[in-house]
Amino acid sequence: MQSIIKIQNISKQYKGADFQSLNNVVLNIPQQSVFGLLGPNGAGKTTLISILCGIIQPTLGSYEINGISNKNTSSIKNIIGVVPQEYALYPTLTAYENLMYFGSLYNVSKADLKAKIPEFLIHLGLENFMHKKIQTFSGGMKRRVNLIAGILHNPKVLFLDEPTVGVDVQSRATIIDYLKLLNQQGTTIVYTSHLMAEAQDFCTDIAIIDQGSVFVQGTPKELIENVPNANSLEEVFIELTGKKLRDVV
Amino acid sequence: MWFKLWQCVVKEFKLLFRDIGGLITLFIMPVILVVVVTSIQDSTYQSFSASKIPVLWIDHDQDSISLHVKKELEASQSFSLISTQNNKEVTEATAKELVFKGKYQMAIVIPKNLTSDLNIKVRQNVDGILDEMGMSTSTYDPVEVEKKEIRLYFDPATQAAFKNGIKSNIDKMVAQLESDAIYKTFETQLGGSSSTSFNDTFISFKEIVPQEKNADIVPNSVQHNVPAWTLFAIFFIMVPLSINIVKEKNQGTYLRLISSPTSNSILYLGKIITYLVICLLQFYTILLIAKVVFPYMNLPELNLSFNKIALMSALTLTAGLAAIGMAILLGIVSKTQEQSAPFGATFVIILAAVGGVWIPVFAMSQVMQIASKASPMNWALNGYYDIILRNGSLIDIIPEMILLTLFFVVFTTCALLYDKKKRTV
Repeated sequence: MQSIIKIQNISKQYKGADFQSLNNVVLNIPQQSVFGLLGPNGAGKTTLISILCGIIQPTLGSYEINGISNKNTSSIKNIIGVVPQEYALYPTLTAYENLMYFGSLYNVSKADLKAKIPEFLIHLGLENFMHKKIQTFSGGMKRRVNLIAGILHNPKVLFLDEPTVGVDVQSRATIIDYLKLLNQQGTTIVYTSHLMAEAQDFCTDIAIIDQGSVFVQGTPKELIENVPNANSLEEVFIELTGKKLRDVV
Repeated sequence: MWFKLWQCVVKEFKLLFRDIGGLITLFIMPVILVVVVTSIQDSTYQSFSASKIPVLWIDHDQDSISLHVKKELEASQSFSLISTQNNKEVTEATAKELVFKGKYQMAIVIPKNLTSDLNIKVRQNVDGILDEMGMSTSTYDPVEVEKKEIRLYFDPATQAAFKNGIKSNIDKMVAQLESDAIYKTFETQLGGSSSTSFNDTFISFKEIVPQEKNADIVPNSVQHNVPAWTLFAIFFIMVPLSINIVKEKNQGTYLRLISSPTSNSILYLGKIITYLVICLLQFYTILLIAKVVFPYMNLPELNLSFNKIALMSALTLTAGLAAIGMAILLGIVSKTQEQSAPFGATFVIILAAVGGVWIPVFAMSQVMQIASKASPMNWALNGYYDIILRNGSLIDIIPEMILLTLFFVVFTTCALLYDKKKRTV
């Protein structure tokens, strides 16, 4: 399948750091895939996603998204959606006000937003909370609004940094189902998670990254088959990255 | 682009108007501040005529000089002279004790034989001069006269300006009495007519002040406090605006903002427009209070023409820009609200102190007077004074407006460059 994201030899070393957060990463992400970027804490997942979203610059290397070079990040930003790990919402604004604001930043017209926002909220079970302030929402509800804020402009590529962390089972199922629907409609999803079972079920392709380098890349099935005695993605992950704790500060 | 900008402004207004603490900081506190400070300053000003300062009066002379000084002090309407305590004459020792304990602000002790000794001394001096000129009309043996001192005791907590004022007033009275005595002695010795008055002062003072509609513009506490505390309020937006920026960074909304195809300039323009409107609202609120509420509190009313209000509004916008520039830099550099809020509040107080909001710049030390020239609050305050007190026009406040705008440009540019640099590391 054709690659929508081509990462060529990207390295990143933060100022003052004595190690590289990303070390010569080469990665191709197929179009319309659900691409899982997995790795222990401090592996470089968030750094890689931040570079691809144009939030920070790589020290070396380049990348392309849908044929647009990283030299033209403003064009790239028009075709990507970002769902950060944090609740990237204003707590004192309502769900509708948050979405109206973030939608406008992605060049969605007022008329489109007025039509789309209620639709998205209905899809994700939040129609009755449209005009409630975010600060009154549960973690799962905030996660769902967080997701909508990233997809209002129908991005070609959607980056999700642990989109289901800390939410209830129902909210998680709703989010994953909706992401699957988006993927079927043509959106490429790049996703990081520590939930191996969820990744195994959800992702079409996976790359395991550790200490700034990509260890392996393939479908969940290929990864499991290539590791002797492994029956799940979690076992593959442990086998490849070890059991040593990776606490980072 | 306009829809984006409009949404940015709407978002900022909603965030602000749903933050009760922020609203209190921006609107209620400055109004309370301007009302309280103006009342205090006005009553202090009025105290010289309305309430009298009690002064212990110990008169060992009991003659024309002490009676004259007493009469002059009482006539000034500023002092009430107290000579007895618990039906007993106040002695110098008691007065000293009472004043040094802070029960009274001051005591005046007139020495014994002040009038008679002064007259002897003056007569001897005049005779000496007339003798030298061969015009002496009297002969007697010179008497040794002791020098006299009027003793003043002040409460140690009394301000230097008050002490100096009292001292110079008494000094002036004594000098006048001495010169009167000299004139009178000459007059007597030379057999002149007593109808000629030497008391009339040949040189007098007249204060010429700016005029508006053929009436003098007389400075009052309101004319200082309204612009001064409006500026304080305007610069206090450093606190909520820097907190707003820090919160965005910490809430994760910043990630969404910088990964969106909207430029930083639009995002910050939304904040700038919002907070400029807030600055104008603060200005008009305080103006309204000064116009409507102050007269009910027996404070001087602030009468401003439409032209002056328009000029002040223009100046307020540039002062607001300067405050916003500082707030953006503070918000971008700070990592937490705990850093930005106290720093912002303290910095505004320092700027206000240096800028002449509390103490006039001319009363500061040389070093602080130079430092005040670097304070945007001082530039803006001078601009307001130009309009209110000096009858200035747009031309007069353009230098201040340019300085304030440049200040905004420099601070905002530094902030955005710092932000960009931080993201490229």
